Amino acid sequence: MFEKYMVCDHGFKNVMKNGEVIGFQLRVKIAYYRGLRLSLVEGFEVTVDGERFVDELITFGIGDRSYTLKQMETEYEDRWEFGEEATLTIVKPGGLAPGEHKIDFVQKVIVSYLPDPHQRREYSKSMKLEA
Amino acid sequence: MSAHNIHRGVSLYSYQEEYYHGKMKLEDCVREVAATGAEGIEVISEMMLPGFPNYSDEFYKNWHKLMGAYGTTPVCHDMFLDTWLYRNRKLTDAECVESIKKDIKHANRLGCKVIRIICTTPPEILAQCASYAEEHDVKLLLEVHAPFHFGHEWILHHYEVYQKTGSKALGFMPDFGMMCKKFPRIIWERNIRDGATEKLVRYMNEVYDIHEGLEALPETVKRMGGNQVDLAMANAMSLGLFRWTEPKEILPFMDYIHHFHGKFYEMLEDGTEYSIPYGEIIPVLIEAGFNGYIDSEYEGNRSIHDVFEVDSVEQVRRHQKMLQGLLGR
Repeated sequence: MFEKYMVCDHGFKNVMKNGEVIGFQLRVKIAYYRGLRLSLVEGFEVTVDGERFVDELITFGIGDRSYTLKQMETEYEDRWEFGEEATLTIVKPGGLAPGEHKIDFVQKVIVSYLPDPHQRREYSKSMKLEA
Repeated sequence: MSAHNIHRGVSLYSYQEEYYHGKMKLEDCVREVAATGAEGIEVISEMMLPGFPNYSDEFYKNWHKLMGAYGTTPVCHDMFLDTWLYRNRKLTDAECVESIKKDIKHANRLGCKVIRIICTTPPEILAQCASYAEEHDVKLLLEVHAPFHFGHEWILHHYEVYQKTGSKALGFMPDFGMMCKKFPRIIWERNIRDGATEKLVRYMNEVYDIHEGLEALPETVKRMGGNQVDLAMANAMSLGLFRWTEPKEILPFMDYIHHFHGKFYEMLEDGTEYSIPYGEIIPVLIEAGFNGYIDSEYEGNRSIHDVFEVDSVEQVRRHQKMLQGLLGR
């Protein structure tokens, strides 16, 4: 329902660590109408210009906390709130080239009351990498 | 108009678009409700009250201060039951009861007298929570939301268990969405923008308007060459995700109904809702002696925000004005 806004227009940039570009990041919001405990956030798939990043390549950060997708599976307290921006950090040594990129984004959440609780929300957009 | 004891409220769910984008904070939503003249506040805590369910005393103090500042009354907390919290297994019954008790305690501290119970909650679980709810002066009201309705075996099963339990804390909260006399315009218009075939959409709306033969629609639409979007609309109609219920069908359950979700999709400039005939429904509720809140619940944003600016504030204002007119206050 909020697919269109899942990937924020800002914050798409390469990430440096110890002087090296280790990957890139995206700012994302929940596409559901309420916040969820992290075990109910099943995962993300990020595809940039056809290159697909999943599972252990993705780290999820909210505030000053960060989780691998594996850690999120058993996180029953911490929450991703409605409207709250999270940062996805994606491992890609050397990062992305400057300029426009096509991003296909998938967010998976578990909505227990639906006939199929595994909700897959998808959206694609082009974005310019921030310097 | 007969005397009645029906109150007007607003579910903050209505302002989700503005809240999501940070254009309205909790206080802005409450201020806006007060400005419409509505008394009651309904909140989906997991939407607008971060940190659920672990709130501090300070949090509740501030909540009541906020209610006091705008003269609003807390009415309803909308709960969920995350039965798949532990991904490899469903919650046990005892865990479900534990989860609902947290909702009851929270609702009580918010000052809410009713809780919206998510529609899939088994009545046997609710029966186990009934005395705790009574102790906390809170009613547990199952949301009766399409595709459910009062002829549905799931709802009738709840009714049976409620009667057997004999607790005043168990009941229903019907959603006006089950009384869509016409298919919501903003939804079929969106379908057309998403690629539905105009001719088929027109045909489906004609069938919907007579409220008969909806089950056959997917087959017919397929035969007429309908695409995926057409078929999704046909399925929504045939599965009863949108439906028309005669208001009088609700009446036999009135003793167990203590709250309504005043669902709406599109308030027109003339002050009526495009698909839900409030003017037909409200007099029936007054006549039946309904006692409780009707809370505005705007759900149009998601159908229009692909191309239009959403103005939930204006939509809720119009809805409240309509209710005020029909209720006479």
